[in-house]
Amino acid sequence: MNEFQQALRSARPERERAEAAAKAVLARAEREGLVDVAYALVDSPVGTLLIAETRKGLVRVAFDGNYPHDKVLQELAEDVSPRVLESPARLDDARRELDEYFEGRRTDFELPLDWRLTRGFGRRVLRNTARIPYGRVSTYKTVAGEAGSPRGARAAGNALGANPIAIVVPCHRVLHSGGGLGGYGGGLDRKEFLLKLEGGRWKETARARSSAA
Amino acid sequence: MRTPPFQALLDEHRDDVYRFLVASVGPHDADDCFQETFVAALRTYPRLRDAANLRAWLFTIAHRKAIDAHRARGRRAVPVEVLPEQAAPPPPDGEPALWAAVQGLPSKQRAAVLHRYVNDLPYADIGRIVGCSEAAARQNVRAGLATLRGAWER
Repeated sequence: MNEFQQALRSARPERERAEAAAKAVLARAEREGLVDVAYALVDSPVGTLLIAETRKGLVRVAFDGNYPHDKVLQELAEDVSPRVLESPARLDDARRELDEYFEGRRTDFELPLDWRLTRGFGRRVLRNTARIPYGRVSTYKTVAGEAGSPRGARAAGNALGANPIAIVVPCHRVLHSGGGLGGYGGGLDRKEFLLKLEGGRWKETARARSSAA
Repeated sequence: MRTPPFQALLDEHRDDVYRFLVASVGPHDADDCFQETFVAALRTYPRLRDAANLRAWLFTIAHRKAIDAHRARGRRAVPVEVLPEQAAPPPPDGEPALWAAVQGLPSKQRAAVLHRYVNDLPYADIGRIVGCSEAAARQNVRAGLATLRGAWER
């Protein structure tokens, strides 16, 4: 009987066939509208990005770092829908726009956005932040004021730190009133990289703004 | 227990479910059964209340799809000329007689044997999957093995 059990256990079909079968599942799931959250992993100069979209639009852009991608996917499963599948083709537009942005050929994103992971004051802050033009900066104090809470700079900082759609909603363009970088969910190195990519004059601009205020 | 993203489920159980289906319905129908299994799972996934034993849940679906495939095969079982150039891909390993015998088992016994020896599932899970008690699952494995031993030693 041992021999027989071994024969049974050795039934290892080729991995490729299982992989191909899984691809067919994805294709059919897309055709039948069963993918509520599609995601892809995208290489970028600031590391691998996890980008995810719903039928409404881009819902998540997450850096890889102290906040692992596994955790991001688990949150999407809980906060949006557990029908989360890796579906790179659906994120072609987002990937292309991000590539162009990193190559310096794009200053505005045209992707529809799904704001469902934001709420209340935080959402207002982020929506206003989305309007800060490429190469320009604002301050925590200013965006807090625009969102209806002039003394809410700290709360605005928290909302920006929790920005679910990094880069595309340019929370990196918000600095301290004194001209300091402030904080960044993805780490200050990345914030500095993005600001330099967009023109590198952020220090002067931030200072000019704060002295004018 | 929290429901993981479906992709994680697919990644974790893909190979085992595929292997079970190849052993259960043969390499020819395994692809269709696999697709049916995971699409059905994805369809009901958001309404799943108990995420505690997702593996057993997936195999329950795979088991049903395998039964469907066997029924369909029974309906089209009129022996037609085999097209030699379209021969079925080879069975999972070099023991065609054994695999033929496995596929000839009654569905409960077949599933019970495969879950026990291909997937290493505990009898309680096997019972859940094929819809019987743990003791009955044990009995199905025993009966299946007895039949297979006959085929094996012949």
